[in-house]
Amino acid sequence: MSKRVLTVDDSKTMRDMVVFTLRQGGYDTVEACDGSDALRHLASGRFDCVITDLNMPVMDGIELVRSVRSDATHRGVPILMLTTESDTTKKDAGRAAGATGWLVKPFDPDKLLATVRKVCP
Amino acid sequence: MTRDIVVGANRAMPSSSQHGTEADAADSRQFITFTIDQEEYGVDIMAVREIKGWVPTASIPKAPAHVRGVINLRGIIVPIFDLRARFGQGLTEPTRTHVVIIVMVGPRTIGLLVDSVSDILSTSSADIRPVPEMDRSIDDAFLDGLVATGDRMVTLISLDGLFRSTATSADLLAS
Amino acid sequence: MDGRLSQFLQTYFEECRDSLSVCEPLVATLGEGADQETINTIFRCIHSIKGGGAAFGFERLVAFCHGLETALEALRSHRVVLDRAGYSVLVRSFDMVADLVAAAQTGVDLAAGAEAGLARDLQAWLLAAAPTAPPSPCQALTPSPAEEPVTWRIQFAPESNLLRKANEPLLLIRELSRLGQVHIIADTGRVPDLDSIDPEAAYLAWDIDLTTTAPLNDILEVFEFVTDDCRLTVAQRDAAANGLPARLSDDTAPTAAGPESVAITSNGSSRASASAVPTSAPTIRVDLDKVDRLANMVGEIVIAQSMLAQRFAELGVRDRTEINHGLEQLAQYTRDLQDSVMAIRAQPVKSVFQRMPRIVRDVAALLGKEARVVTTGEQTEIDKTVIEQLADPLTHLVRNAVDHGLEPPDERDRLGKPREGTISLSADHRGGRIVIEIADDGRGINRPRVLEKARNLGLIAEDHALTDADIDALIFLPGFSTNELVSEISGRGVGMDVVKRNIQALGGRISVTSTAGEGSRFSLSLPLTLAVLDGLVVAVGAESYIIPIQVIVESLRPRATDVHRVVGRGDVLALRGSYVPLVYLHRVFEVEGAVSDPSKGIVVIIDAEDRGQIGLVVDDLLGQQQVVVKSLEANYEPVQGIGGATILGSGQVALILDAAGLATSSPHRPGSDSQGGRIR
Repeated sequence: MSKRVLTVDDSKTMRDMVVFTLRQGGYDTVEACDGSDALRHLASGRFDCVITDLNMPVMDGIELVRSVRSDATHRGVPILMLTTESDTTKKDAGRAAGATGWLVKPFDPDKLLATVRKVCP
Repeated sequence: MTRDIVVGANRAMPSSSQHGTEADAADSRQFITFTIDQEEYGVDIMAVREIKGWVPTASIPKAPAHVRGVINLRGIIVPIFDLRARFGQGLTEPTRTHVVIIVMVGPRTIGLLVDSVSDILSTSSADIRPVPEMDRSIDDAFLDGLVATGDRMVTLISLDGLFRSTATSADLLAS
Repeated sequence: MDGRLSQFLQTYFEECRDSLSVCEPLVATLGEGADQETINTIFRCIHSIKGGGAAFGFERLVAFCHGLETALEALRSHRVVLDRAGYSVLVRSFDMVADLVAAAQTGVDLAAGAEAGLARDLQAWLLAAAPTAPPSPCQALTPSPAEEPVTWRIQFAPESNLLRKANEPLLLIRELSRLGQVHIIADTGRVPDLDSIDPEAAYLAWDIDLTTTAPLNDILEVFEFVTDDCRLTVAQRDAAANGLPARLSDDTAPTAAGPESVAITSNGSSRASASAVPTSAPTIRVDLDKVDRLANMVGEIVIAQSMLAQRFAELGVRDRTEINHGLEQLAQYTRDLQDSVMAIRAQPVKSVFQRMPRIVRDVAALLGKEARVVTTGEQTEIDKTVIEQLADPLTHLVRNAVDHGLEPPDERDRLGKPREGTISLSADHRGGRIVIEIADDGRGINRPRVLEKARNLGLIAEDHALTDADIDALIFLPGFSTNELVSEISGRGVGMDVVKRNIQALGGRISVTSTAGEGSRFSLSLPLTLAVLDGLVVAVGAESYIIPIQVIVESLRPRATDVHRVVGRGDVLALRGSYVPLVYLHRVFEVEGAVSDPSKGIVVIIDAEDRGQIGLVVDDLLGQQQVVVKSLEANYEPVQGIGGATILGSGQVALILDAAGLATSSPHRPGSDSQGGRIR
């Protein structure tokens, strides 16, 4: 069975690109547009990995990481943060909250797949 | 992708017998072949949307002679090009047995008026011969190549070339 | 750009447009003191424009957004306070982002360094407002090439935190083994007794000998995510031999970040407030083609339904109550369905209105004028087909208002007006149409000048008496432009006549009222949709054409004695004391077998606006009906005098006439009775 990845980003462009790349890499994908949307998805299914943006309306990526890590059902799910090179403060906050790893935007498809495979082969 | 070949009420479905060499799938191309007078022509099957019988058109003012007008194809307005006229062989006098091949050229849907549809031709790219340099009484930018099948010869039509030069001539007329 | 990603470009640009239109009104409010959430929202928009732009390699856009983001970040963390200079530079920066996005989309690059000055201004403001702003971090890591296989001793002892973050030691080791030959020894020394084991704690450690040609960086990259959560040493086995740094551990981790405290401002808002923002109603993004198809189908149903009703009436069964009732219900549902579909495609005029402040700013800056924009009714909805066509004429009218309407600030001072002029934009629904008004508080139309110019151009007779309204309407005549200076704004070769033609092409009307010294008001009245129109079906030979009802004045069968030939001009029809030029449709359209004698056919008098009235000679009238407008250009190309096509109840295609286009193709010009100057 292919692994299921939840892609969380308020930008549809980003989501589309991530999802497209993941599908090519053989992953099943589900999309969410912010943290709370992601939590709804998580509550209704099994996921092998979450890829999340940090800057999002309603519930940002860091809040999402915290929520997932404090939830007994999902806390084992690897979470990759989408960050920008300059955003080290956010990245550190994300790591402190319990994110598994990160991806620096812009990413090329190969790098994305390599990183996802690292935590969810 | 699936494509329906819808055949006009008066026409039989083109036989699906395969002619020419059976090429390996990767290199194989298929063409819908049709006739104008005694000559046989082919268009890439990937461009063909459907085949229907001739219906009267509404004519377009100041259009070149080979533009026969427009028809209603399930709610969209489709211009019909008379290929015989386009080839410089005079206007077709269409009857109920004449056929219109609906094709996609880029984003546009257009119809080609021909005498009849004959076959589906499968061939490998290697078997397509270039058109030899000849006397150019007509613009031949739309000729794509030649394929020999048995004792017949099929002239392959480049829709892009055809439509490009068609548009230009229409533009010239309009200006 | 990676070819695989280019397919998302369109979505990206759509999203940029959305982001920019979210920003535009917010940016305008920055001047009035920005709250945290506004800045957050703007930041997110710029951030997402930047993020996508980077993926597609739009370097200039990304670089500029980056600078802007830095400024917004400083603003949001209260490291700087927004002063007037800052506001001005921010506003210009957003305009620049829009320009850069447009440049990326069209592929027409801005002039080299177009954004450089602004980027410097932005930075200068930041520095001035916050002298301690940290420089952006940068990093450079050059991997050391290694040709000969080297054996590394890797000591890896995960801490419990590593597991808690869902990292998996097994995967890391597997990853390592991809780099070369591994020899692994597990250290189980720390594993406690079974009954005291914590399933979520880390007890194992590994010593791994890796023989590889891969550079050190590749090895460290495997542990990229876990360096904070483990003890890790990587050392070359024969390190002594070449003196390489024998140890590399946690110091690859970034230095401790600055304080992550949330600044609570005096108004009590904080970053945390982001989570309390209400979500807007959920929406889905639907391909416009799909909606158009749906709208088309509904249009067909509307027509089928009205034809059905007509057939029943003809059959005389209309009086049967149950049939009548059914038909009425069908009509009602069909109308509701049509309204609903049109509502899907309807958009608030806001999307056009919000581009205007920027245009006003640009033009005013260019002319040394001061202007502000006030909009009302921007939520008024109108069909997308109309909105798309509205931007150009509206842009021109707004430019015109600043250029020709508003006085320079000093002059306004002298006149006792505020230095800053006001351009008002309003939209409103009135009687099944939308009315858009563009008003300025400038000098108004200079009637003596207009009159003089019109006479000089021979547009009106010397002795012709005109009302004020007539004079104002003269500015819509072709070739009319009162400003002798060809400024950069009006130098685009677009006059009011073009605006009027654009509006008419939309089935709209334009008029102007003006008071000297107080300003001018342009009023546009537009149909709510271009998808359906009421038309008169006429026969010419074997062909049928549709004439839009709104341009028809009357139709009649003239007496042969009323048709006269004017040498070199063609035929005219004497009608109540004036002469109306005749256009024989069968000649213009080259149709055979049509009636060529007007007295044996029908003349349809249409109002071709600035061309005055013309009479179309046709064979016969076939009836009046609502038609769905379909594009001829989608699969063919534009045809002069034809506005589109439709499908009649018989399934036959009929072309829809374009009155203005037909008039242009005929040589007639309005006479001194000046039909052309009339306001409808």
